[in-house]
Amino acid sequence: MALTGMQIYKNLPKTNCKECGFPTCMAFAMQVAAKQKALTDCPHLSEEGEAALAEASAPPMKLVKIGTDDKKFEFGQETVMFRHEEKFHRPAGIAVRIPSSLSNDEAEAMVDKINRSVFERVGNKLRVAFCAVEIEGCEDPAGRARLAADKSDIPLILIGGSPGAMKEAVDSIKTEKPLVYKGNASNIEAFAEIASGAKLPLAVEGKDLEELSELSLKAKQKGVEEIVLSFDGKNIGETIRFLTIARRAALKKRFGAFGYPAMVEIDSDSPESETVFASIFAAKYAGIVLINGLDPWEVLPIMTTVQDIFTDPQVPNTVEAKLYEIGSPGENSPVLFTTNFSLTYFSVAGEVERSKIPAYISVVDTEGLGVLNAYAGDKISAEKVVKTLQEQKASEKVKHRKLIIPGLLPIFRAEIEDTSEWKEVIIGPETAMKIPAFLSNTWK
Amino acid sequence: MEIPDVKERWTAQINEVTIGATKEQGGTRAKTVTVGGQTTLPCLTFEGEIPHKPVIAGYVADMVPGWPDVLKNAIGKEINSPVEWAQKSVEEYGVDLINLKMIGADPAEKDTSASDCAKVVEDVLKAVDVPLIVWGCGDEEKDNLVLPECSQAAVGENVLIGSAKEGNYKTISAICKADKQKIISEAPVDINIGKQVNILLQDDGFDLKNVVMFQTTAALGYGFDYVYTILERARIAGLKGDKLMATPQICDVGGEVWRIKEAIADEDVLPGWGRLEKRGPMWEATCAGVYLQAGADILVMAHPEAINKIQTTIDRLY
Repeated sequence: MALTGMQIYKNLPKTNCKECGFPTCMAFAMQVAAKQKALTDCPHLSEEGEAALAEASAPPMKLVKIGTDDKKFEFGQETVMFRHEEKFHRPAGIAVRIPSSLSNDEAEAMVDKINRSVFERVGNKLRVAFCAVEIEGCEDPAGRARLAADKSDIPLILIGGSPGAMKEAVDSIKTEKPLVYKGNASNIEAFAEIASGAKLPLAVEGKDLEELSELSLKAKQKGVEEIVLSFDGKNIGETIRFLTIARRAALKKRFGAFGYPAMVEIDSDSPESETVFASIFAAKYAGIVLINGLDPWEVLPIMTTVQDIFTDPQVPNTVEAKLYEIGSPGENSPVLFTTNFSLTYFSVAGEVERSKIPAYISVVDTEGLGVLNAYAGDKISAEKVVKTLQEQKASEKVKHRKLIIPGLLPIFRAEIEDTSEWKEVIIGPETAMKIPAFLSNTWK
Repeated sequence: MEIPDVKERWTAQINEVTIGATKEQGGTRAKTVTVGGQTTLPCLTFEGEIPHKPVIAGYVADMVPGWPDVLKNAIGKEINSPVEWAQKSVEEYGVDLINLKMIGADPAEKDTSASDCAKVVEDVLKAVDVPLIVWGCGDEEKDNLVLPECSQAAVGENVLIGSAKEGNYKTISAICKADKQKIISEAPVDINIGKQVNILLQDDGFDLKNVVMFQTTAALGYGFDYVYTILERARIAGLKGDKLMATPQICDVGGEVWRIKEAIADEDVLPGWGRLEKRGPMWEATCAGVYLQAGADILVMAHPEAINKIQTTIDRLY
């Protein structure tokens, strides 16, 4: 966060010694605020002053890194409560629990399954973010942690409550930089020591917000630098309230004890509810959701929620402007065109797919605007459509010369017919939803 | 340690809208359903009141929608009759209202006549005692014929009628004023048009206290983020005193989700994506659950398992 000249001035020696080259400390402070000078150019800056300024200029929510360079997860440094105010910066991650009740072979098989849970959706790779290894209750906590660390392609969370088991597990895999989960009122001293000794991030959980803030502060005082605020999710309404208050306190009031990202351990009576609750918390405001389920139908809705909610609302979502083949179209298949606004394209493509009539869709570059907005903003014209079709060599793909155009642009028909080889322009429906009925009625 | 006070001071209340009418009120419903009335964002009861929980309206149509078998089979043979479908939704699924959609009236479908549509409304009103939401087919010209007759068939029942758009609001506003029905105002994923439709209704003399906004609904993964943010921005504007945005909001989750790949394609099309019979209802439930956080007051839902999971979610949230 950028500091004002006044905030900087307050922490300077205020002696106007001029050694920095400026007549007054205030003048120097203004230069620092304008980023023309560095704070270190003041020869008499006190340690306290420097620390206070570092604190004040730090982001209100700290960035927490879990894992190593090649297997890492970073979250925190969020800046807003609502995505339309700017954007949500770092997509939430799913952590899947590996229960201590599993044998080593079963645990290994589960890690393997987590590694293979990778999905591709609209051009993005989606996967589980963490193996959350329960070490409490394992005969050999260090061995179980080691096993997961060796086999996992993603970072780890170590789940335990007693300091003895946690210490063993941490000692065996601390170079993997797992998240220590979790410190609470009964073990905070020991857990904070384990985490700070090994320079690991620590999750802390309180019975209410007051206790949570005290535990967070205690962990910090013990030298833990990276903290995760953890919530149990038993009362989901209450948990939403706690997450909201903690985030507001950090972002709006710079309340240090809550200046960290959050996570929720999902508590549900069915795997179906687990998915719904985890998706809700991923949208508001948990950076990690800890779940038990690993089947695709359990994790995919959560991953898609994250994919959607963490999209940058300031950047129009576009697809590449090219000729798309839906199904396996042939020389008699219909040709349609639409815009490169991804919402428009995916709606049209989805409905064409639903019609079960293979087709070509020519995507025209409208700089991410939908049909009407593109027309209003002069980003699409009959001329541009004709040129795009030529560039994409659409006419080489089919024998006919029929072109289906969006129902919202009937005005393009005459010009396209007059200026191109597409001699039969058919006006399509105004909404994508009606494409299946339209195609089955008109395309015989 | 003392936690800083971070309460927002919202200055306005979302309109309270009641749907349905009991015998005493001139209708035949066993109970009415009220939505809205909140003075804070979803769940945030530490800084305002939430007098009414979100509700679920069971999707029922006058013909079998072009849905995948997983959904049709889950509903069963009752899907073939709007009356039986509505009864099953109320008795077995426990929905709060029935959302009746005249998709068969679409000229591209069966082009059902307005009087046949009105008959369906009459029959469903007789078969169930929960309040009703009645939609046309979406074709403005046809809806201008269908909706007046449907409204006539439900005079006194205080039904919620959908939808009034920029192009047809006058007809809808006139019939709803005459028959004392409520209106759904609709905009195509555009918050400014949403506000504009409400202005048009208000200028036409229709009281916005009788309006529920429909921002159009996107399925999870298909523009969901746009609609989520529009719902959230509209709700914040309403709470900050923008009277044009202070209406409850409806999401047609069931109507949208079951047309996208993730809810209709099984593992033969999407290898490794898991069984459709689980994935489909979870897509619907998740979509509905997350919309609740953005400010949805009425969720239109279709799959019995998805309905059940969202009932659980609402109970645990409030």
